[in-house]
Amino acid sequence: MTALVTADPDRIVRTDLAVRTDGLTRRFGKQVAVDSVDLVVPRGAVYGFLGPNGSGKTTTIRMLLGLLSPDAGDIEVLGAAMPQGLASVLPRVGALIEGPAFHPYLTGRANLRRLDACDRTADPRTSKDRIDAALVRVGLLAAGEKKYRHYSLGMKQRLGLAAALLQPRDLLVLDEPTNGLDPQGTREVRHLVRELAADGATVLVSSHLLAEVEQVATHVGIMAGGALLRQGELHEVLGGETAVVRIATPDVDLARPALAALGLELQDDPEGLVADLGGFAPEDVAAAVVGAGARLRGLRVERPHLEELFVSLTGEGFDVLR
Amino acid sequence: MSSVDTYPGAFWRLYRSEARLVLGRRRNIALLVVLAIVPLLIAVGVASSRHQDSGGPAFLGQITGNGLFLVFTALTVCTPLFLPLVVGVVAGDSIAGEAGTGTLRYLLTLPVTRGRLLVAKTLGTLTFTAVSVLVVAVSGLLAGAAFFGLHNVTLLSGDTVSLGNGIGRAGLIALYLVVALFGLAAIGLFVSTITENAIAAMATTVGLAVFSLVLDSVPQLSAIHGVLLTHNWLGFGELLRTQVDSAALLRWSALHLAYAAVFLSLAYARLTTKDVTS
Repeated sequence: MTALVTADPDRIVRTDLAVRTDGLTRRFGKQVAVDSVDLVVPRGAVYGFLGPNGSGKTTTIRMLLGLLSPDAGDIEVLGAAMPQGLASVLPRVGALIEGPAFHPYLTGRANLRRLDACDRTADPRTSKDRIDAALVRVGLLAAGEKKYRHYSLGMKQRLGLAAALLQPRDLLVLDEPTNGLDPQGTREVRHLVRELAADGATVLVSSHLLAEVEQVATHVGIMAGGALLRQGELHEVLGGETAVVRIATPDVDLARPALAALGLELQDDPEGLVADLGGFAPEDVAAAVVGAGARLRGLRVERPHLEELFVSLTGEGFDVLR
Repeated sequence: MSSVDTYPGAFWRLYRSEARLVLGRRRNIALLVVLAIVPLLIAVGVASSRHQDSGGPAFLGQITGNGLFLVFTALTVCTPLFLPLVVGVVAGDSIAGEAGTGTLRYLLTLPVTRGRLLVAKTLGTLTFTAVSVLVVAVSGLLAGAAFFGLHNVTLLSGDTVSLGNGIGRAGLIALYLVVALFGLAAIGLFVSTITENAIAAMATTVGLAVFSLVLDSVPQLSAIHGVLLTHNWLGFGELLRTQVDSAALLRWSALHLAYAAVFLSLAYARLTTKDVTS
């Protein structure tokens, strides 16, 4: 097994965690679907849960929500041990699990009404208002009276999000929330996730769309083959790979000594110079160039992307591993 | 354990939602329409062929004299096959249907605790069973009144009782049938927790009822007839005697309730330990 790079759990006070698992393991027959996963999701985080198809993300999520029982390991959600705490914790958790699922012969609104009626923590007096608000929030108010069967994939996905938002939540578990959405829909979901996080909710988003996650996540966890390979704050996880600064200038000879004096190890670049940024602030680099009398045409900091890290961890191959 | 803030009447809300789901579904409404048509067909058939030879289901001969007997005839006709079919469809669909569409995972994560879900599904199924029996009875009563008129009732034992008494007895018969079908409903609910395929659950449940009917028709197996699921279903004729053998009716009802208790326990054990992967 690959070495785990996990945030030190002792560094974080336990109650500050929205989700914590300890040695979480689940087998299906001989296959180990989830292999001693230690998930650490701090409260208020937007946690991007990444991994190729079949890497065990959904199985993990199903165990968090009490749909599957683990073979080994402990689960804590919002400070309560699971599955004992399911009844008290789940009302504060909104979930979208492996795609939306509703009664096809009911309208979108009737489906939400059904879910709200089944939720004993839902106030029947505010039911209509909350359903309206949820439909508005996902842009589905106009299609509320349409049968679910006649919804497009994107509309179904939106209804699933609306269901998760019927009540105020402390934790949202969104499994592939942008599946089937068009670019606008994807943007809206991103916006929604930011909004929810700004309201103080913790959001656990599983996705294989790395660029999406990179734009909203504060934390990431990367799974492959049932194991959690990396986990932590986004910049920490990416921090293993260093940022590069590209300085575009026609006056290379003027800029070089000033930058070398700053302590950068310079290399030539077609547009000017390039160096590992290290701990330097980009604005100091710019100031040094200009201060030396060189004309600065452009300065670009290139950070490694999640995609490169992801591929380096999980492999290039397209084939499902198991 | 921390407690949860729940609203008073929350279970009633869940039950109503369940009943609306079952009674509002087009397929189930179609089943009820079929049940309502059965007494009408019998009435038309009897009215159009006035030759009174014996044979046919019980009470058929009395219909022309008193429309109330159409209720008894229709219930006798529907009990062996139509009513078990309807109960099998609704009970078999109850949990397997939710699992099949994936809505089960969303109910469970609301959360509807698994025990509450089973109670709600059981009550929903029972509600539909009661409505089904009532549809046959009421349709029979209306058709009987329209075609043949309603009169005082001559019981099987020869005595005559008032029409009100007769309708009261019809009501008790309907109640007995609901209790009698509860055993089958419980079997259906249990089967429904085993599979995600609603059609398979329905077919299995109806198949078990038919299987019991078949066993019941083999005289050599008379030793086990007394405990068969379907054996006492038509025992409601007892309610049409002057001296009702209420001990027998209670004994038979107890058998069906025992079936219900066993299979609901199995359903509970299965549902509360089930891995929900759909």
